[in-house]
Amino acid sequence: MEIKLKINGINKEVTIKDGEYLQSALKRLGFLNVRKGCETGSCGLCTVLLNGKPTLSCSTLAVRGIGKEITTLEGESVEVAKFAEVLTDEGADQCGYCSPGFTLTVIAMKRELESPTIDEIKHYLTGNLCRCTGYMGQLRAVKKYMEVK
Amino acid sequence: MGYVGKGIKKIDGMGLIKGASSYTEDIALGHNYLTVKLLRSPHAFARIKNINTTIASKIEGIECILTYKDVTDKRFTLAGQSFPEPSPHDRRILGEYVRYVGDEVAIIAGTDEETVLKAMKLIKVDYEILEPVLDFEKAIDHKSIIHTEKPYTSFNYGNEHMRNIAAQDLLVEGDVEKELAKSDVVIEHSYHTQAQIHGMMENYIAVTYMDFQDRMNIISSTQIPFHVRRHVSKILDIPRSKIKVIKPRVGGGFGGKQTAPMEIYPALVTKVTGKPAKLVYNRKETHTCTTTRHEMKLTVKLGATKDGIINAVDIHGLSNTGAYGEHAWTVFSVVGQKTLPMYRAKARRFYGEVVYTNMTTAGAFRGYGATQGTFALESAVNELAKKLDMDSSVIREKNLVKQGEVNPTLNSFVGEKSIVLDSSTLDECITRGKEMIGWDKKYPMQKISPTKARGVGMAVTMQGSGIHGIDTASATLKLNDDGFYTLLVGVSDMGQGCDTVVAQMAAEILCVPVSKIIVNSTDTDVNPYDPGAYASSGTYVTGNAVIKAANLMVEKIVGGASKILNIPEEDIEFNGESLLLKDGKEISLDEIAYRLVAYEGQNQIITTGTWGGHTSPPPFIAGFAEVEVDLETGKVEMIDYAAVVDCGTVINPNLARIQVEGGVAQGIGLALFEDIKYDAKGKMISDTFMQYKIPSRCDVGEIRVEFKPSFEHTGPFGAKSIGEVVINTSAPAIADAVANATGVRVRTLPITPEKVLMGILNTKHSN
Repeated sequence: MEIKLKINGINKEVTIKDGEYLQSALKRLGFLNVRKGCETGSCGLCTVLLNGKPTLSCSTLAVRGIGKEITTLEGESVEVAKFAEVLTDEGADQCGYCSPGFTLTVIAMKRELESPTIDEIKHYLTGNLCRCTGYMGQLRAVKKYMEVK
Repeated sequence: MGYVGKGIKKIDGMGLIKGASSYTEDIALGHNYLTVKLLRSPHAFARIKNINTTIASKIEGIECILTYKDVTDKRFTLAGQSFPEPSPHDRRILGEYVRYVGDEVAIIAGTDEETVLKAMKLIKVDYEILEPVLDFEKAIDHKSIIHTEKPYTSFNYGNEHMRNIAAQDLLVEGDVEKELAKSDVVIEHSYHTQAQIHGMMENYIAVTYMDFQDRMNIISSTQIPFHVRRHVSKILDIPRSKIKVIKPRVGGGFGGKQTAPMEIYPALVTKVTGKPAKLVYNRKETHTCTTTRHEMKLTVKLGATKDGIINAVDIHGLSNTGAYGEHAWTVFSVVGQKTLPMYRAKARRFYGEVVYTNMTTAGAFRGYGATQGTFALESAVNELAKKLDMDSSVIREKNLVKQGEVNPTLNSFVGEKSIVLDSSTLDECITRGKEMIGWDKKYPMQKISPTKARGVGMAVTMQGSGIHGIDTASATLKLNDDGFYTLLVGVSDMGQGCDTVVAQMAAEILCVPVSKIIVNSTDTDVNPYDPGAYASSGTYVTGNAVIKAANLMVEKIVGGASKILNIPEEDIEFNGESLLLKDGKEISLDEIAYRLVAYEGQNQIITTGTWGGHTSPPPFIAGFAEVEVDLETGKVEMIDYAAVVDCGTVINPNLARIQVEGGVAQGIGLALFEDIKYDAKGKMISDTFMQYKIPSRCDVGEIRVEFKPSFEHTGPFGAKSIGEVVINTSAPAIADAVANATGVRVRTLPITPEKVLMGILNTKHSN
């Protein structure tokens, strides 16, 4: 099936298979860092932004992307670089495999929440699992990035 | 010091977060790989009576289907350990018998996933179903024998396959029975630690292809590239010189990727078809068909005086290795090696068996037996303290091994020379941890409301740093023509930051910024030998090799300059950036580097350092947990965890801190949530992150970390290891905190609300 998707501000004609999920379509298009970690919508690795909202692309049909702004890590390079600085300062980057989905969620959160509490931050990010860091370093980095005291 | 001891950013961090192509799946593009999938057994134990692939093979796009009839019957282990592998050789590529739900039955390769899955459905397998062994406590002398054929073992560690025993261990010093008999108080309890799933975010993946020199190239997410080369060579009968293993960035390992559970399958497809092949495990296969932590039941007997002096420590262990014996004996022996030296008892013993069952194979997992042993021993010490009505930190003050003391079990093998504990600040770690958690105010518990209670609990532990007398690593440094260095190491950075740590060490000696040292840790053709990233050996073993190479480099640069300039070496001073000559002249490293490799010098400087240790100096951690228990539901909530660590010199405080936080969190998972469940027929049902709960960021409470550095004389800049030790205290400290809050001692992990609540109700009932 041919559909039109707007990815990182660029309109693309995309051929998808029946029932194909957005994650696999994006990957085929070369967005390699849209990763898949669990196949059950539990880990958050495949998160992309749909109209600015963090969305699990492994459980969102590709056709759901029609008419929406799809943003991957590449579409947020300025914010990604800013967040990468604070995250690496904490040493909380570790294996990096969960970083793309996590980073996009953090960027969306910064736009959505005004002066959030720590609990609100944790709640927003709960769906993004990480097995390396124990979450504390990520939280320190997020607080710096969000300018939360 | 300029670079050691600084919280320098991970050298690969910015690239990874910005999403640069770095992992196996990112770089394995453009080869038109065949898709490889494995048909797996639906039965826990069965014999394949007949297998028919005729119809499946006719599907267009299928390149090959291999069954046990098509492959060598050579036996091997997939454990990634130094040669000779101390795990029983009890596997085949494919066999007539299948020994757990998920065991490999056939290898199918075709042009794409749909084709392969279609063919998979058309393979007809006739099974003779056998009675499985699904309870490890009933495995010994069960009427079902899981391996009827004697496995090859590189030495005798008690494999009695006809009794379903994969290995046995005995570590003893002194007369345990006599000391127990003399003791005022003897306690005895059994503790059960469950199997655990590594849960790294990147699933297992390997791709293979033949290159232009007709060599087998393997790109794999692995902790052990050099062992993978040896495995594949031996199993598939390909000369080692014809194999190249490339290890890209690894998306987490935690010991899972210390076993090579899948590289042989695509390699075999490539060998058979001549074509590139790719095997990617999905999350279910990653959970079910690789390895887990060894489930264990540990019975601890402690004998003590009424003043709390421990006379005897006696631990009997039973370990479940599942269908195959990967790391069976080594993990088990570490239970004893990392528990017996902790306390200054007159007699101590660890003994027991590792058994085969028809369950997912167990293997290496961060902590490697010390985790299981620590849960049992530290819980027992806490129970002893309770029995003696003593503060559990005080009983430790009285008994813990101290820096400078000689300890006969510290060397793993009794009979060898006793070892002096060169470095330990564990006593300071305990003092500081108590302050951090507010021990004196909060111990043992505080009642928050009629339905909520908070308790605090503690545990201490040790690990090793590398394996003495075995682990040996090399590092090579090259001074490039433009005045920067390439550092070649074979240790595998899987996120922990060892590439950065070794770069810091080299930078320290070479007096250059870390950015001038390019670390390459990728390729078995290029990098010098290293056993890989395991046994807490990265910083300690590889680090020492790096120091040797770097010192040699400084020497050779000065020597090389002396020759070119015709000035005696003692008149040249090297400050990293330039060479300062006695007559006041200064020549930059860039210039000298160029002149050395060019016609004038004809001297490309490359140095290599190789290092292996005679001891495995232990790092220590004191862990303190504060939990809140809901007395109506039994739910345990993590409030605070204070961890104080002695890892010798802290090379990179930021990365070390994250190691501690990550390890503690993984330990919290082990303590409270993580549980592998099987159905009655032996099929793992917690095979996704839906059913298998690793902690999320709302589950871990606050984790606070501090260091109490010691100085380890054999370590690089005084450093010891850190990666593993940090996982071990969470479970016993939390179990103690729960017991202090509720009076309910849970001896079977995980500490679920059901167990706590049942304990509370039973106590009420019996009162």
